[in-house]
Order: sequence, then C-alpha cells, then structure tokens
Amino acid sequence: MLLIAIRQILLWTLVCGLLYPVGVTLLAGSLPAPQARQLVGEEFARDGYFWPRPSAVNYNAASSSGSNWGPHEPKRESETSRFPADAPADLRYSSGSGLDPDITPQGALYQVPRVAAARRLEPARVEQLVRSKVQGKTFGVLGHERVNVLELNLALDQLK
Amino acid sequence: MAEFVIYLLVLVGLAYPLGQWMFRMLERERHFGLENLIYKLTGVQPDRQMGWREYLQALLVFNLLGLLVVYALQRVQGMLPGNPLKLAGVDPYLAFNTASSFASNTNWQAYGGETTMSWATQMLALTTQNFVSAATGIAAMIALCRGLLRTESRQLGNFWVDLTRATLTVLLPLSVLLSLILVSQGVPQTFHQPAAVQTIESQSQLLPLGPVASQVAIKQLGTNGGGFYNVNSAHPLENPTPLSNFLECLAILLLPAALCHTYGRAVHDRRQGWALLAAMLLLFVPLTLLCMHYEAGNWEGKEVRFGEAASALWACATTAASNGSVNCMHDSLTALGGFVTMVLMLFGEVVFGGVGCGVYGIVLCVLVAVFVAGLMVGRTPEYLGKKIETFEIKMVSLGILCMPTLVLLMTAGAMLVPSARAAMLNTGPHGFSEILYACTSMGNNNGSAFGGLSANQPYYNLVGGLVMLISRFWILIPVLAIAGSLGAKKRVPESAGTLPTHSPLFVVWLCVVIVVVGALCFFPALCLGPMAEHLRYL
Repeated sequence: MLLIAIRQILLWTLVCGLLYPVGVTLLAGSLPAPQARQLVGEEFARDGYFWPRPSAVNYNAASSSGSNWGPHEPKRESETSRFPADAPADLRYSSGSGLDPDITPQGALYQVPRVAAARRLEPARVEQLVRSKVQGKTFGVLGHERVNVLELNLALDQLK
Repeated sequence: MAEFVIYLLVLVGLAYPLGQWMFRMLERERHFGLENLIYKLTGVQPDRQMGWREYLQALLVFNLLGLLVVYALQRVQGMLPGNPLKLAGVDPYLAFNTASSFASNTNWQAYGGETTMSWATQMLALTTQNFVSAATGIAAMIALCRGLLRTESRQLGNFWVDLTRATLTVLLPLSVLLSLILVSQGVPQTFHQPAAVQTIESQSQLLPLGPVASQVAIKQLGTNGGGFYNVNSAHPLENPTPLSNFLECLAILLLPAALCHTYGRAVHDRRQGWALLAAMLLLFVPLTLLCMHYEAGNWEGKEVRFGEAASALWACATTAASNGSVNCMHDSLTALGGFVTMVLMLFGEVVFGGVGCGVYGIVLCVLVAVFVAGLMVGRTPEYLGKKIETFEIKMVSLGILCMPTLVLLMTAGAMLVPSARAAMLNTGPHGFSEILYACTSMGNNNGSAFGGLSANQPYYNLVGGLVMLISRFWILIPVLAIAGSLGAKKRVPESAGTLPTHSPLFVVWLCVVIVVVGALCFFPALCLGPMAEHLRYL
C-alpha cells in the first residue's frame, strides 16, 4: 500500500504539477491575450491626470493587498482617500487588490473640473472624452460600468 | 441581480449534464489505455475491491504523503530551480500550516502568494494538491454511493481507480479548458521573468507573472481557493474582466452542484440528487440576496470591474462551497454581509460544500433529518431502502459534532492566547469577527479569511494546521464506516410508512435541520461578532 501511495503521489506530481502547467503554457502561447500592463492599475497623482482609487499598497504591483478595514473603522476613509466626502464612493474607499485599474463613470466625471482646469481645456471636451471611454457591462449584464484610468489618461495626453 | 439570475440558470443548466458525464467517467466498466498505463506504472490492481477500512487506509496514507511532499518542497524551495524571485525556504510553522491547508483542500493562505512561494512550489506542491485533494473528495463520495447502493456487500470500490479517474477524466480536462479561456481574458500563463514597466508618471512597476491561469483554473474548479497572488481573484491579473469573473465564480459551484446529480445517478434514484441540489439552493439563494442587499454601495475592498453585486455573489459562492477564493476583501464586508459568509461556512460546508465532501456532508444531514423524522412518528428510519440504526447515527453524530467543537475551541483558544488575540487589525466586535472567521474557515476547510488578521504566527499556523487536518479527515472515518455498514445491509422494501426523501416537504425539512443544528452550535458566537457589530451601529 505504501509503495503504491508513493508511486501515485510521484505520478500525480509529475502530471498535475508539471505536465499540466507546462502543457497549458504551450497551448496558451498560441492564443492572443491582452497586455498585462493595461490590466494592472498604476498611480497618478498630478492634477492634470485622472486619479485612480485609493490603494492600500500605493499601486506597488509586486505585493497586492486591500486595506482590510471593517465597515465602521474610522481609519477606513481618512487614511486612504484624497477625495472629499462628496466624491463618489469608489473614489473614497480603497479597492480589494490595491491595483484596481478602473474607476466608475461617476468617479471619472467627478474629476473632470479638476483635470480640465489643470490642462486649461474646455470641461465639455474632457467630459466627452470620459464618456467615449466608458466600458459598459459585458454582454449588458456582467460586472459594472467602468473607465480604465490608464487608457483615459493616455487619451487625455493625445487631446490638443 | 440580472447577473445572479443568469448565474443560477447557467449553474443549474450545466450541473445536470456534467453530473451525468462524471458518473459515466467514474463508474465505467472498462479502463482505457492511459488509465491502464497509470495502474501499471504505480502497481495498482484496478479490479481489486476494497472494504471500507482498506479504502480509508489508502486514502489517508496517500494524503499524508501529499502533506509531507508539500512540507518538504516549501522548506527546500530556495535550493530548487523555478524560483525567479530567489525566495528563501519557508519557515517550519508556516510550511506545516500550508501543507495541512493544501492537503485538506482548505487552501488557507497564511502567506502572501507572490512574495512567499516559488514557481516550483506553486506548481509541484500546491497545484498537485489542488487536483488530488479534490479527487480525494470525489472518491470518498462515490464510495459512499456504492455503500448505499450495494446490498450485503463489503466492497466499496478501489481508491486508486477512483482517484485516477476523478483527476484524469474530470478535473484535468475541465481545468485545461478553463485555463485557456482565462488566458484569452488576460490571465498570465508564462515562465518569463517578472515584467518591469514604466508608468506614465515615471515610476517603475514590477508585475509578477508566472503560470497563473493553470493554477487559477483548478483552484476554482476543485473548491481549493489558493490563489497565485496575495489578493487572490481580486487581483487584476488573476481575474481581469467581468467575463473571467463570471466563469471563475461559476467554476466554484459547478462541480459541487453537478456531483449532486452524480450522486442521484449512482444511488439509482435521480430524484435524490435533485432533492440535495434543491435543498442547497433553498439555503443559498436567500442568503446571497441578503448579502447583496447589504453590500450594495459598499466599495471598500471591492473592484470596480466586478461591482458590488458580483462581489457579494462571489463571497457567498466561495463560502457556501468550501472554496475560499475571494474577489473582494471579506474583512471589509458590512457586518451582515460578513455574517452571511460565516453562516454559510458554519452550516458545515453542506450548502454545495467542497468537491465530493459537500455531498457526503449533506448526506450526513439527510440521515439526521430521516432519524429525527423517524423519532417523531415512531418508526425505524430508512434511507434509500437501508435501515438507519444505532451504529449509523453514532457515526453521523461523530461526523457532525466534530466541526463545531474544533471551531469553537480554536476561537476560544485564540481569545486566550495573547499573541493570537493581538493579531486583530480591527477593533471591537469586528476584531472578534476576524478571529471567529479564521477559525470557522480553517475548521470548515474553506480557506477564505478576514484578511486583516495577522495569521502568520505560531498559534494559527500550528493549531490551525491541526484543525484543518482533523476537520477534513476525521469526518471521512464516519462517512466510510457508514458506507461499509450500509453496504452490508439488506434492502427493505418500500412501504406506506416509508418517508420519501425526494419530496419538497423533505427538502424543506432537511434545510430546517441544517439551520437548527448550525444555529444551536453557533448562535452565541455569532452574537458576539457580526450581530453585535450590526446592532451597535444601527
């Protein structure tokens, strides 16, 4: 019995621990996939850019974490947010990963006056840009409407 | 809300065909080529039947060896290849905790994924256990089915055959399929070095990559839950889009739901499978709606691309099944949102539960329900034509009472040990909830956490490691003993006094039994944590 068990554990380590991930890697190599960079949020602090959500790890992608503050913990808001109390909730509360690449459309629209003023642009143009970058729910039902902050800021740099 | 409805429709729609297919794979008469090769290589005689003691022995020896391998690989990872970040060996307490955690299908992670475990450890140790621990659950379940079905027989099948078939024909193909879909959504699957990128405001950002998709697929399907990254499926590389989120969330409940139908088919009464699934849904749906209600508008610890509703759905799915992966931070759930997740675990992981163990767990509850109903009308209880007698009820009690004892003692212990109590991040009742949640999670082989608790310290690592092992393997003794005892019995013909166990009435009765047993054990503890927190801020 022991001998069989040893052989079995070695066999499954080989099959599930080595052949499976290596095999999937080989198969996956032929698939088109999005670039990792656009998926992971990054920090923006200048007034002329849209700011992302508060992050418990300051957008350090090498170690992800949420704040883990409970629902009534006073530190939950004051420690992480640079937005005032009237800002949309997603801008005031930190994300789960600390690397959330998105903000809600309301969160983006809320920041339009600041960004437009810093760039000396018509707020209406910036608002139009935000609206063009809103991604709806997938298939109309899955997930939440969102704006990718990096994509929005890259487009902002293209505005003349 | 719409997402929840679609989720349920897809889940129930896929569970039936998948359950039937799994039955055909597990109970095939003949062995195919690759299977035979495996039996030959490992010295298995596939047609040799085992009694319940031998079956249990094989299962325990195999899992103990798995535990040793995971422990050893973590300790020596610094000397092995496949370690691009040059991570050192893991300390003994943490290594023991992680080994127990993965061998017991818990996947409690006292470590930060990307900062502690090398690729070699993640693949050879952790991914392997993700497969074989799930396969172990399926094997034990199918052995129980044989005991229920067979008459005057002491044979429960062959553990090695069940393990091989569950891994090779169920878990591997589904995992490959899900991995590839996840890769198309942007989940990394590569052996390249971590990528350094320059951000627009000229800082540099290091993106840890690796064989992520393959690990994520099986941790979702096998109710394991141990992620590649620290924040699990909240990480944008582990779960990049609403579609990847939907599929990963679906994968949590897919096999536990499908195995209800496998069960029904295996005991030759498909209505029994539907009844188990109906009872699970009857508990799951209202609790999930409650959680969604309380989480609406709570953005702390949640990701925008999923939204509050899909985050609450995941939180309920992962705690109902003993999965434990997360896509939002449970510590930041509202008091009653967190209450729901704890309750779903404290039912004993029978609302879907782990792959295989959910079904054998709820069958123990069915036996209690049949027994109590039998007491009420003064008849010897029967289930599927087998008399439920003293021995079975003793075994059921051993199985059911083990978990509450472990959870409550471990919680009490944590409150008494100063260093364990000081591990709280939050204050007040929420701090207690962090500890209660940790003990609940380990005691039910779930693996999710109120992450604020600094759990990487000797008390939680050592006691938690033991609790995970006892909780997982102790219950298998009564389950297989019942299988052996029922298999040896004759079938009594159905009479007018037989309680039908597939009727809506019985389904509701089963849910009542599950809720009452859970409430009797845990109401006081829950009052001190989430309920006190909710009432305090009304």
